[in-house]
Parts: sequence; C-alpha cells; structure tokens
Amino acid sequence: MKSTTLPVAYMPLVDAAPLIIAQEMGFAETEGIALDLIAAPSWSSVRDMLAFGRVDAAHMLSPVPVAMKMGLGGVATPISAVSVLSVNGNVIGVGRELEDKLRASGYGFDFADPIRAAEALAQVRTGPLTFGVPFPFSMHVELLRYWSAGTALGTDGIEIRTVPPPLMANALAAGDVDAFCVGEPWGSVSVDIGAGALLLPGKAIWEFAPEKVLAARTDWAETEPDLLGRLMRAVRQAGKWLAKPESRITAGEILSRRDYLDVSPELIDRALSGHLIVSSRGEQRQVDRFVEFYRGAATFPWRSQAKWIACQLGKTHKLDVTDTLEEAGFVFRSDLHRHHLAKSGNDLPGASEKVEGAIRLATPVASAHGKLSLLPDTFFDGRIFDPSDPK
Amino acid sequence: MSDRLTVVVVEEDRDRAIAIDVALKQTTDCDVFVIDHSSGLARRIAAHAPDIVLIDVDNPTRDMLEELTLASGPLERPVAMFVSNAAGGLAQTAIEAGVSAYVVDGLSPERIKPVMDTAIARFSMVRQMRTELAETRRALEERKVIDRAKGLLMKARGIDEDAAYALLRKTAMDQGRRVADVAESLVTASGLLG
Repeated sequence: MKSTTLPVAYMPLVDAAPLIIAQEMGFAETEGIALDLIAAPSWSSVRDMLAFGRVDAAHMLSPVPVAMKMGLGGVATPISAVSVLSVNGNVIGVGRELEDKLRASGYGFDFADPIRAAEALAQVRTGPLTFGVPFPFSMHVELLRYWSAGTALGTDGIEIRTVPPPLMANALAAGDVDAFCVGEPWGSVSVDIGAGALLLPGKAIWEFAPEKVLAARTDWAETEPDLLGRLMRAVRQAGKWLAKPESRITAGEILSRRDYLDVSPELIDRALSGHLIVSSRGEQRQVDRFVEFYRGAATFPWRSQAKWIACQLGKTHKLDVTDTLEEAGFVFRSDLHRHHLAKSGNDLPGASEKVEGAIRLATPVASAHGKLSLLPDTFFDGRIFDPSDPK
Repeated sequence: MSDRLTVVVVEEDRDRAIAIDVALKQTTDCDVFVIDHSSGLARRIAAHAPDIVLIDVDNPTRDMLEELTLASGPLERPVAMFVSNAAGGLAQTAIEAGVSAYVVDGLSPERIKPVMDTAIARFSMVRQMRTELAETRRALEERKVIDRAKGLLMKARGIDEDAAYALLRKTAMDQGRRVADVAESLVTASGLLG
C-alpha cells in the first residue's frame, strides 16, 4: 500500500500523545498514512495553519472550533472536531506568594477539594486574583470560570489573562499573574523550577472534561473521507495503546524526545501516571485518570459537550445562544466519529448527546456491541447540564 | 480615525525592530510603535489604539494578542486576524513570509496593502537572515568539534591530520552517521575517560 503523508499541527504537550504515538508506534503506518507532525509555537499558529490549509488536521483546544463557529476570535473557517483526543489533564496552580499565604492559613494542598481550595484562596486574597491561561478559548478558561462562579471566589473574584505556558514562571515573578491553569507538563515544570505549587487537577472541577480535540477543516473532512477515516482510526488505536498501564514508560520516553516535548520522561510520567508532585517541598498526590485517552468512550465527541462549551462562551461574551446552540453542537462531529470508526469493531455510544454531569459511577450504556461503560462526568457542584434544556 | 495609520510592531530584537520601523516609515504614512517584551502585552498594545499590529508568526507571545479580538470595553476596537480575500491571498503570503497581522475592524484593503507589502518583504528578509545565521553558527560549532576530534585522533594514534579526518569520515559512513556526530561522540567519550 502506498503511504500518504498528512501534515498535522500540534502543541508540545502531554495530551498531544495520541498523535505522536500514532506515528511512532506504527498505528498510522498500519492505516497506510504517515503523519508529518509540525510543532507549533502558539495556539493561534495551530489554528492558522489549519484554517489556511498548511496542515490537514490539528491537535486543538476543544473550545476553539466552537468559538470559531460562534464568530468569536479572528478567524472564521469552519472547523470540525472529529474526535476527542484527551479528557482532563489540566492543573490549577498558584505562585510562591499565594502558596506561602495559603500555607500560613493552614491550607493543606490536598489537590482534591475545589470548594475548600476556593475558600482558602478567598481568605488570603487582597483583591481579584489574576490567573494565567494558555489561550482565551480553552477548557482552562471555562473550568476557572465555572469554579469561581460556584465558590467563595465569585465570578468577579478572578481575572483571566493569556500567558504562553513557557513564560508563566516569568509572569508569576513579574506579578502579571497570581496563579495559573495549564496543561501538563507545564504545571509540573512550574513546581520543579520553584515558581509555584499545584492546587487542583482540572478533573476536580469537571470529572470528564473534553480537553483537546482532533480538528480538521470541515470541507477537507467531507471531501477526503478516506484519509480522515485512516487518521481517526490510527489516533484511536494510539489512545487505546496509551490507556494500557504497561505502555506508560515507553510513552513517556517517546514524548520526551527533543523533537516532541523535550522535557525529562520523569516529568511526563507524572501526568501519565496521575502521580503528581504538587510543591517544591516534594509533596505527592495521586489522581486517578488524571488524563484519559480512551476509556469511557473518551474519544467520542458528544454534541452535549460542545453545547456546554457554547453556553459557557455565551455567558462570558454576552451572546444569546438559544438559536445557535444546535449549530454549535454540530461542531463536535459524533456523526463522522461513528461513521469512520464503527466499522472497525469499535464499541461506540448509540446516542450523540448525554446529560452532562449526571453520571456518578461507571455506567453501562446502549452501544453497538453492548460492552461500553461511561465514566463519571460530574461537576464539582453536583449540577447537571441538559443539552435539550440548557439553563 | 485620523488619516495616518498607527502600526504596532511586537519584536524583541532591537535591530530587527528598527529595520521594520524604518522600512514602514519610508513606504507608508504611518506612526510606528515597537513593543519589545511580553509583560502585559495585550494592555500595552491596546493603549496605542493601533490600526494594525504586526508580529512574527513564530513568536509564542502571539496567543496574548488573541485577547485583542475580544474587545469588551466600549472604547476598545475589535481587532481581527488579517484574513482579507479581497487582497488576493495576501494573508497567506504574509504567513508564509513569517508575519501575522491583526487589523482593526473596518479598515479598507487599499490602506492595509502597502503596509502589508512592506511588512512581508521585511519579515521574509529577516527570516532568511535568521536561518542563515543559525546555519552558519551550527557549521562553526561543528567545525570546532571536528577539529578537536582530529586532534585527539592524531595524538592517540600518531597519524597526521588528513588521515585523522579520513578515519572520522570512514567511521561516519560505516555507521550511517554524520561526521560531526561521530566527532562529538569521540570528544565526549575522551572527556569521560579523562
């Protein structure tokens, strides 16, 4: 079989793993494709490369295609999220100054309880807290807003500013930001260079948050169904491989290469194992499924996830989403996902929407082969999001 | 809006910033402001109320500029990533040349074009120089390592310079590696052995 090369853009992060592994472990080759993985210097650059046709697919923040559909941000090329690449995997952290104040107040850095963490922060702050995030349209922003609105922090108690993760330590030192929410390995990097301490995993706010998606231009996705199918199958196989505990060490070694993340494998292993070091004192915390690439139908792009994102973006940017919600939901292509993956024996959900936040325990659901269980997807405040009756 | 355009250039390298500034002022009627570090970038750009913001495509601080597209205050002017089809693929050319432009809403293509033409020419020249510089530096470093490896071989095996180089080259070819990589391994190993 003649192999076709697909250019794919990504940001060097742990959750780019399914793309990197698809290429390195031969899952792409099995599908008769080769991925030309292009590391981007910024998320805007990933988006532009995809929108202007420099690449055919990209590792992308899940809210970006939804925001583009809603006319937010500068570029409007229609983009489809054909798979979810990763669920969860962010950390919220504080700079040294806040860390010291929190310790003095008796806070124990449990890395688990978002309500207690917000109370502790609210107690020691002197004004609104500024959080650095990697991009204005990101799960990082949505988790921070959802968390602050439902806790002692308050909607007006935080300000959000974009800071590229490699510059976060400088921004903390310069006082531009007090705290941050970033994807791994950047949280662990901040701990290791003594810039701050980790407060919460993103998962503590929403237990099953779609973090990155596999994005393609909608016209390409629809005119190149064969290539898209091969890419999606290769990436899904990579996710399945990543979900095996025995793959962890190999995955860490591959990701750590200079061409990819260029950080030590030990640092990457923290996210993959969920065994994080939360402060420069070496305190360790264990988080189950800190980042998920496969289990619980993690790759499935639920329309209800896109709708949740659209509703949150609508609130922040004062847009009425009542009439546009269905369209925004369609950006997450559960139809294409099922179309391209169902044939190869993958067990996928029968529905395209679910009530987000309603699953408290692993639950078997209707699926093609009847063997699928969904994992808990609750919000920290116990609320639910019903996509047919969004509030 | 006055007739003169206000252009903000985000560039850390002082010489490069001056070159862009001079080129823009020569060809177009505009005020140019250079911002050279990332602290509070979006706010400092907004303070100049620019018509056009220019930044290197490879600059990681670009993501900070995305906040400009979300003008929230009544006095703020929304800025869009420059994607004008009217200007005949100018955006594409710009990105290939290594410059991304953010243009204030409603600015006409005729006014954007001269600025973009100059910026594209200037940025692609800078990009080419940067690549050449990096290549030259690497070549110099490699030559230094190869010279040291040759010296080590000459001493250890009592051979002359040409023979030492021939040995390095043969080893590289046999192992399918670059001469510079073989030289580097030899220098490292010899350092370890003392």
